[in-house]
Amino acid sequence: MEITRRDILSVGGKLLMIASVGATFEQITGAKPPPDSYRMASHWWGMIIDIDKCIGCGNCVHACSNENQVPKDYFRTWVERYEVPEGYVNPRVSSPQGAIDGFPPSKQTSLKSFFVPKLCNQCADSPCVQVCPVGATFVSPDGVVLVDQDYCLGCRYCVQACPYGCRYLHPETETVDKCTLCYHRITQGLTTACCENCPTGARQLVDFKNPNDPVHEFLRNNKVAVLKPNMATGAKVYYKNLDGSVR
Amino acid sequence: MQKFIRDSGHLIRPAIVLLAGLGLFMVIRAAVVPKGFGQYGHYRPGALAAIRQHPVAYAGQGACVLCHDEEGKVRASGKHAHVACETCHGPLAKHADDPGANIPKLPTVATLCVRCHEKDTAKPKTFPQVVSTEHSGGMACNQCHKPHNPQL
Ligand code: HEC
Ligand code: HEC
Ligand code: HEC
Ligand code: HEC
Repeated sequence: MEITRRDILSVGGKLLMIASVGATFEQITGAKPPPDSYRMASHWWGMIIDIDKCIGCGNCVHACSNENQVPKDYFRTWVERYEVPEGYVNPRVSSPQGAIDGFPPSKQTSLKSFFVPKLCNQCADSPCVQVCPVGATFVSPDGVVLVDQDYCLGCRYCVQACPYGCRYLHPETETVDKCTLCYHRITQGLTTACCENCPTGARQLVDFKNPNDPVHEFLRNNKVAVLKPNMATGAKVYYKNLDGSVR
Repeated sequence: MQKFIRDSGHLIRPAIVLLAGLGLFMVIRAAVVPKGFGQYGHYRPGALAAIRQHPVAYAGQGACVLCHDEEGKVRASGKHAHVACETCHGPLAKHADDPGANIPKLPTVATLCVRCHEKDTAKPKTFPQVVSTEHSGGMACNQCHKPHNPQL
């Protein structure tokens, strides 16, 4: 029997079609992840920060760095000291080494001054997630913005897109790194390293889906604000008594 | 019938090529797109599990007081009740897992207390602050205050 080009094409085509049906079927059914007591659907994480309680000791920065092996001179959370002259002209902002060792005492006595701890705002409509070309950064089902270290190309679009400056390129892995809200801790019932080590309770991890969480009372009873609300990022880090000069 | 097939050959042949190409695309796609991609959104769900693998460094004060209930009680009765053990003692999850093998060093009091208590105008007015050089007269803070309950 003579084998024609047509025979090869038609038989080959059929085989390919069968293979692809099989492959997509496998993809659709996909192996289920193992069962787990932590249910992502019943959490929606965020943080509340009370400016009036922050003493600028920098223990949160220090703890974050220890917990997550943040490279030196890079920060997932940091504390800023604002010194604001009357009328908000050029607030002076300082954050020596992200305040990892606290602040040298201020010599200013005549300026309004206070501390502002900062971290990833875990935005629900995050610009950083929108610009990722490969799906390496995402909002998890429980509301935490995370980076897939195995999938990140290191293109830095997200670093530029973040309006809060919360992302950096890890100097060793050359992938983007950021606050994970201590995802490895909160999914096993611990609080974040920064909240664990805040001596005054100025920062607290909250779960918006938990009806008994203090966040509901906090939001009802206080004057709160998020950073850069006009950017409509859906930030989930709420500040109590935030001054208008804070950027 | 025979004539029909022969005449429509110029339609069927490209159709087969098209289908073969499509099939090839599906096979390659199935091979390169990671398992479960898109299950929760436009990302790899395996990343969630990978991030959760990260080891914990701070055991949390709930763990410390299980064994050190003495210190726990002393601290709970004083003004440092809400200051976590590991804020002063450093990350000690390894010690909490295996206390014998990982005995912690005690904190350096000279730098420990002033980090929180040194006077700074930016600190909330209600927080107890001292100018350390005037206040202690060069003595170590724990010669007068007990770290776990700082009342004299
Ligand atoms: C499983 C029980 C256990 C847990 C949990 C535990 N410890 Fe300990 N810890 C010990 C034991 C036992 C020693 C004494 C070790 C020795 O001296 O041989 C010790 C010693 C210490 C010391 C040194 C005491 C000294 O005199 O030098 C410190 C400080 C300490 N623990 C702090 C902590 C903190 C903070 C935590 C919470 C993260 C913690 N421990 C959790 C059992 C525990
Ligand atoms: C305000 C900071 C601070 C906090 C909070 C704190 N410690 Fe300490 N702890 C110290 C210092 C400082 C020393 C060293 C005392 C010394 O050298 O006299 C110490 C000593 C110890 C020792 C050695 C035994 C002793 O009494 O000298 C143990 C054990 C200990 N701490 C456990 C704990 C545990 C458990 C907690 C949490 C319940 C805790 N500490 C919270 C500062 C702190
Ligand atoms: C991590 C921050 C932190 C460290 C480190 C720390 N403290 Fe405190 N201290 C606090 C907090 C928070 C309070 C409670 C303030 C309040 O009640 O408003 C406090 C309260 C006090 C008070 C009571 C003040 C009063 O109004 O009665 C004294 C005294 C004191 N600390 C001394 C010390 C000494 C001594 C050390 C070093 C061994 C130390 N602190 C280390 C955070 C800290
Ligand atoms: C010579 C003993 C002595 C030493 C050393 C000492 N203190 Fe005190 N401290 C006192 C006394 C006395 C008070 C007053 C208690 C009071 O007013 O109730 C006090 C009060 C405080 C207060 C509360 C101030 C307030 O406004 O309520 C703080 C905070 C404090 N000390 C921190 C420190 C720190 C930090 C050090 C180390 C740099 C230190 N102390 C060293 C004796 C000492």
